[in-house]
Amino acid sequence: MDWMNFTPQQSLLGGLFIGLATALLWLLNGRIAGISGIAAGSLTSSGAERWWRLAFVLGLVLSSWVWLLLAPLPEVQVTSNYQLLALAGLLVGFGARLGSGCTSGHGICGLSRLSGRSLVATVTFMTVAMVTVFVVRHLL
Amino acid sequence: MKKHRFLTLSAFICGLLFGLGLLMAGMANPAKVLGFLDIAGLWDPSLALVMVGGIVVAFIAFSLSKKMPHSLLQTKFNWPDATAITKPLLIGSTLFGLGWGLVGLCPGPALVLAGSGAIEGLLFVVFMLIGFRLADLVQARLS
Repeated sequence: MDWMNFTPQQSLLGGLFIGLATALLWLLNGRIAGISGIAAGSLTSSGAERWWRLAFVLGLVLSSWVWLLLAPLPEVQVTSNYQLLALAGLLVGFGARLGSGCTSGHGICGLSRLSGRSLVATVTFMTVAMVTVFVVRHLL
Repeated sequence: MKKHRFLTLSAFICGLLFGLGLLMAGMANPAKVLGFLDIAGLWDPSLALVMVGGIVVAFIAFSLSKKMPHSLLQTKFNWPDATAITKPLLIGSTLFGLGWGLVGLCPGPALVLAGSGAIEGLLFVVFMLIGFRLADLVQARLS
């Protein structure tokens, strides 16, 4: 175990914030906080359907600037090169859309709604991601 | 008309809170995400706690809403109605997991990073948006 980098308090608190955002979007707007669905819909829907999605994406995009008003940004370490980032972006976008959701829509919303479909999706992408990391770090 | 303004404002605040949560949790740091996914290496279990925190709060909200006729801003609850385990679900989740495992970025953190001005985040998001579009085209062909 990587005890040096283990951040239980921050990660739990961050999770509670994510849960709060998910809860508020549901209780106030009646909408599922699935980022891939909202981001894709912000480009393809129209009228009022488009506005709330654009507003949500704008909130996400501006969050690091709001964070900066209070504290310096936490460490960000990207080790992948540009080609790999582009390929992964394509896979993540295509896969999340085809699979009707990502870590937020299936992983947080779906699991807390006790959806069997989301459980299957979450177990699938978590397993594939772990196998991918295993192959890249320990086999190649 | 006024209702739509409140819906837009609350969505903005939710997006902001979501992004702050991702930053606080360490989800916006690809190296940390990869450390969580690397169960055979020096495993950092932190991000399991993100899911625990998120799911506990969201579970309470979904449970509460079952007794409510409509949302607090007078809209209907848009319960997802799909339940079938389909090929697109499995193939999509597999490709998503592959991309996530390659660099440690999923859509939310990617948008937060892109917003901070990080070139890696911007590049990832551009290709993610192309991926969304391609998937829509494929779905349209299939149905």
